[in-house]
Amino acid sequence: MAQMNLLHAINSALDHAMEQNDRVLCFGEDVGHFGGVFRATSGLQEKFGKDRCFNTPLVEQGILGFANGLAAQGSVPIAEIQFADYIFPAFDQIVNETAKFRYRSGNEFNVGSLVIRTPYGGGIAGGLYHSQSPEAYFTGTPGIKVVVPRNPYQAKGLLTACINDEDPVIFFEPKRLYRASIGEVPEESYEIELGKAEVVSEGSDVTLLGWGAQMEIIEQACEMAKEQGISCEIIDLRTLSPWDVETVAKSVTKTGRLIISHEAPITGGFAGEISATISDKCFLHLESPIGRVCGLDTPYPLMQEKEYVADKYKIFEAIKASVNF
Amino acid sequence: MNRPDSKVVNAIHQASFIKGDALDIPTLKVLDPQGVVIEGAQMPDIDEALALKIYDTLAFIRVFDERMVASQRQGRISFYMTCKGEEAAITGSAAALSDDDMIMAQYREQAALRFRGFSTPNFMNQLFSNSKDLGKGRQMPIHYGSNELNYMTISSPLATQIPQAAGYAYGQKLQGKDAVTICYFGEGAASEGDFHAGLNMAAVLRTPTIFFCRNNGYAISTGTEEQYAGDGIAPRGVGYGIETIRVDGNDLLAVLLATQTAREYALKHNKPVLIEAMSYRLGAHSTSDDPSGYRSKEEEDLWAQIDGVLRFKTWMVAQGWWDEDKEAAIYEAYRTEVLSELKVSEKIGAPALDELVTDVYHDVPKHLQEQLSELKTHIAKYPDAYPSAKGESH
Repeated sequence: MAQMNLLHAINSALDHAMEQNDRVLCFGEDVGHFGGVFRATSGLQEKFGKDRCFNTPLVEQGILGFANGLAAQGSVPIAEIQFADYIFPAFDQIVNETAKFRYRSGNEFNVGSLVIRTPYGGGIAGGLYHSQSPEAYFTGTPGIKVVVPRNPYQAKGLLTACINDEDPVIFFEPKRLYRASIGEVPEESYEIELGKAEVVSEGSDVTLLGWGAQMEIIEQACEMAKEQGISCEIIDLRTLSPWDVETVAKSVTKTGRLIISHEAPITGGFAGEISATISDKCFLHLESPIGRVCGLDTPYPLMQEKEYVADKYKIFEAIKASVNF
Repeated sequence: MNRPDSKVVNAIHQASFIKGDALDIPTLKVLDPQGVVIEGAQMPDIDEALALKIYDTLAFIRVFDERMVASQRQGRISFYMTCKGEEAAITGSAAALSDDDMIMAQYREQAALRFRGFSTPNFMNQLFSNSKDLGKGRQMPIHYGSNELNYMTISSPLATQIPQAAGYAYGQKLQGKDAVTICYFGEGAASEGDFHAGLNMAAVLRTPTIFFCRNNGYAISTGTEEQYAGDGIAPRGVGYGIETIRVDGNDLLAVLLATQTAREYALKHNKPVLIEAMSYRLGAHSTSDDPSGYRSKEEEDLWAQIDGVLRFKTWMVAQGWWDEDKEAAIYEAYRTEVLSELKVSEKIGAPALDELVTDVYHDVPKHLQEQLSELKTHIAKYPDAYPSAKGESH
């Protein structure tokens, strides 16, 4: 075990993957010698050479097109999109190509080895274009998995699983926690199974569900509720697509209440999908309406960021409303 | 990065432009419009066996396209696109490749797939979306693909294959393979962002990719004068620092020569090449299109006179490798074969309902298993409403 921040954990996962398989390639804008604008790929070019860790021209659709070709060819591309806010020029390559490659060819070809890494989320005074959480654009696309880690241990294990998985994955990295989140991480390689939610702490009154950087906020709200004598069960969904309905339904069956919180705007956000499914599975066990604490339906603001975000006070209020319904 | 400021060596002191049409890119020709070798022209590497294989492909595609358009008109298949007018460009380029080279086509390049050895039943099963279609009946007709033949499955969105071809070739290079990737696209697709992304990445990252632009005059109804200003697609290659050649796309020997040269260069230098083949889409865009709404019969007739298949045939006859008896025999044989295979394929049933949920992921996830199960329960209640319950092929 070693103390690592989330960036070190990601770097460690990439390092192991490149060490274990010379077909693993890391590339994107400023990813090479510079090691990425956040330094997630730091040292990889020096260690594995310019052919395997390299800068690309500044063209997201090209990065993903190139990555799709590499994956179809039998390489293991790990493509970085510098900010999730800038993934949209590559939307066609991801939605129409990556996600449909295996299906449309009848499994003659696939891009299952592909991993797309991209920093997402707010809390860094990044305004409209360095703060977005675009996961729901991709959870609505069959054929691609969506994974979000909450801390360094999770990041290394989940990213390793994504690289070894036989399907293409988008791995959203909570950039607010890159350096802020520090924890014990095994130095050796390990995997955390995709498609499985984790019950982070058990409770009896209400289930709180989230992913990524929002887990820290949920835990803070849980502490506030605890002082009021409310027992919260916390679940980290970890894989958003395909998601672990069973674990969430089991928890809600027990607590009778569910609050989902994410950074993205509430309308069309993934909480809506979870809410509909859990209403269906747990209807007779629900003691109150499923609550959603999310971003407002506006672009991500700059000066009003604190007002905009789904913070611990908003979640705490939702917990009380749910319990007192 | 070595500025302040090396460019000053080429300084000028009066404002003057490099003209947009400054590059006057010449066109490689080996055959004249009548199919006679132009004196002094360099010849491609071709012997009788290769010439016969090429002509076999040309004849098959002519018959196949004609027969399948007729089938679409009869309502037997839903949709079709012909290669007509561009067979020489496609077959000539495919014939320059090794079987290990990856082909990433746009959608109108069935001649290249045939040249690789895709069988008549394979074509037919795809067009009928039946249970023997390699693509499991999931895509519209003409979206062929074959892993065995290194022919990437066709994707409808335009130009997406262009940056993919750069990536594919980069992987080939890194693994030391003696192979390149060829990427076909039209002059219309060259307006898409992926064209610019793909060529730039291939040039910067030095990938052995042959970018093959079929400049066939039309993107559905839009003519080239509404597609681009300037001298076609070739100057863009130069702009990206890519070795570029323009070739008469209706001159099969010139296309073969250009592509053989391009392949050798790409492999030797690990760099891309752009080929712009000037040709003409003699047929409609697809069976859903009617060209009489946007171009004249006279224009089509002019291009038909310099048809690449005809010119190649003339050259073959001059070599003593072909004659009218062989011509009649091959067309007759392919008409018979296509008709009989069509009758077989159209009777083959649809893919199993279970294939609806396979290949979305490597394994069928739980939620898809549940959705399929619910669907089957539902279909059992309304068997008359669903073809799969009635055992129909379509």
